Amino acid sequence: MRSKINAGEKLYVFFCYFFIILLCVTILYPFIYMVSASLSSTTAVMRNKVVLWPVEFTAEAYRVVAQYKGIWTAYANTVFYTVVGTLINLAFTILAAYPLSKKRWGARKLMSFILVFTMWFGGGQIPFYLTMKNLGLLDSRIAVLIYGAVSAYYVIIFRTHFESLPDSLEESARIEGANDITILMKIMIPLSKPIMAAIALYYAIGRWNSYFWEMMLIQDEKKLPVQVILQRIVINSQLSEDVASALTAGQQSFPMTIKFAAIVITALPIICIYPFLQKYFVSGALVGSVKE
Amino acid sequence: MKKGERKRRILKEIKTNKFLYLMFLPVLIWYIIFAYVPMGGITIAFQKYSVVKGILGSKWVGFKNFQTLFADPYFFRLLKNTLLINIYGIIFGFPLPIILAIAFNEVKNKHFKKITQTISYLPYFISVVVVASMLIQFLSTEGVVNGILQAMGKEPIFFLQEAKYFRFIYLASDIWQGVGFSAIIYLAALSGIPQEQYEAATVDGANKFQKMLYITIPCLIPTIVMMFIIRLGSVIAVGHEKIILLYNPLTYETADVFNSYVYRVGLQDMKYSYAQAVSLFQNVVGFIMVFTANKITRKLDGTTLW
Repeated sequence: MRSKINAGEKLYVFFCYFFIILLCVTILYPFIYMVSASLSSTTAVMRNKVVLWPVEFTAEAYRVVAQYKGIWTAYANTVFYTVVGTLINLAFTILAAYPLSKKRWGARKLMSFILVFTMWFGGGQIPFYLTMKNLGLLDSRIAVLIYGAVSAYYVIIFRTHFESLPDSLEESARIEGANDITILMKIMIPLSKPIMAAIALYYAIGRWNSYFWEMMLIQDEKKLPVQVILQRIVINSQLSEDVASALTAGQQSFPMTIKFAAIVITALPIICIYPFLQKYFVSGALVGSVKE
Repeated sequence: MKKGERKRRILKEIKTNKFLYLMFLPVLIWYIIFAYVPMGGITIAFQKYSVVKGILGSKWVGFKNFQTLFADPYFFRLLKNTLLINIYGIIFGFPLPIILAIAFNEVKNKHFKKITQTISYLPYFISVVVVASMLIQFLSTEGVVNGILQAMGKEPIFFLQEAKYFRFIYLASDIWQGVGFSAIIYLAALSGIPQEQYEAATVDGANKFQKMLYITIPCLIPTIVMMFIIRLGSVIAVGHEKIILLYNPLTYETADVFNSYVYRVGLQDMKYSYAQAVSLFQNVVGFIMVFTANKITRKLDGTTLW
């Protein structure tokens, strides 16, 4: 009897480990395959010789992608949108969260409703596009920076955090004559660094990964972020002239290896920073779930 | 007299909290311009909107666009596709993060747990364009999946050109991206279970499987119910971002959902008024459902979602 229970228990624990390992392999394998394929020869990829490691190792695909000026411009644009955009996000989020955390603020309920309502209901794609158009914001970098300036979700997380800080801090500062701006800058923000880092990271990832409105709002090639360029290369198979000339004569479209190289280049920064900032990724997720 | 007093009170409030108003002002302006002005744009659903004439100059047509929508043979297809993607998503996608959290809970080796958890969250942070690009590459006729099929002596399959595969591809990649991240909330709930309960069960001779069945799962039920209701609240919506990257006219039959239709008819074909009617229909139904879901969870939990 006893051994039967033990066998069942072992089977259960084995299944738990098996499930976790299976999931991790399923997650990692596509990335590993993609990197290896991008570093293999085109023929090896086409003949499905690549299993795990690069076959007939060559960096040719990256050489071709590197010659495509468009991708570097797009990369620079994405870095710009991510850095400046995240700063705007943080500024707006804090400016919204701090007043909303103050119970003494008379407009608190109304303003809270104005924010939260947008999480439930919105105009949709078309009125938003027409608004941007009517404001003359089409095809401008400002449009990309401003359209997602603040997320009500992160405002609420930040507000909850501000509410959790002791009132005594504010009171003692007030006795010394500090106003709200000084209190926010000198006391509240320094006490909020961990949560600020987590929220900034989530905003930054969102900025880096965003493609839809950039695709809709921007026509000028020189202002497009890298996600839209990747979409054109892989999904629409659009050949840009400088890439076409970098390809060997006779090729009609991008070989698989070049597309893989383009995907790797786009995803690489996220994958590279991920292990190092992992703790903020998880704390950001937990802040969100604890709130509920 | 009373009026004067009220005015004085408002002035006093503005004076004492002037910096709070000042801080919030840019945010308020942003919300008005980028959230509430577009909301006013909903009215074009009741118009024959012309870009030249604008909202104020365009002709009002009442519910004509909605009549067209409900008579549209596509309407049923859109509704069916939207609901089916969500229902299959719930059936296959909802239990997995719970199972994963329970599995993580049984892992005692800290390093193994940390590394595997970190790996499991990773795909959540990968962009939709990258995920769609990977799918297109792997599933193309020259891709690795067809390579395996050919090695097994089978004919290649045009995965993204055949409507019958679309839902599977869409949902499998959704689950691949989200399962680890969605498990976090259950892991947080599990970390709140007092260790004494497990210890007491051990003393009573319970094995790990029994502890999972009688302690872990009951402790997870409130979170599961909450997440389930929230999930049901969004059953009328499927985002367009991944759909429009993966679908094509050959797969519209199973792939086209309200949001992708709004994108195609509205933003691509510029039939703004009709597309807005589709969008408004979905948003109103969605709003009612999310609102109801929030009311129910509030009753159950005593706290609100927002």
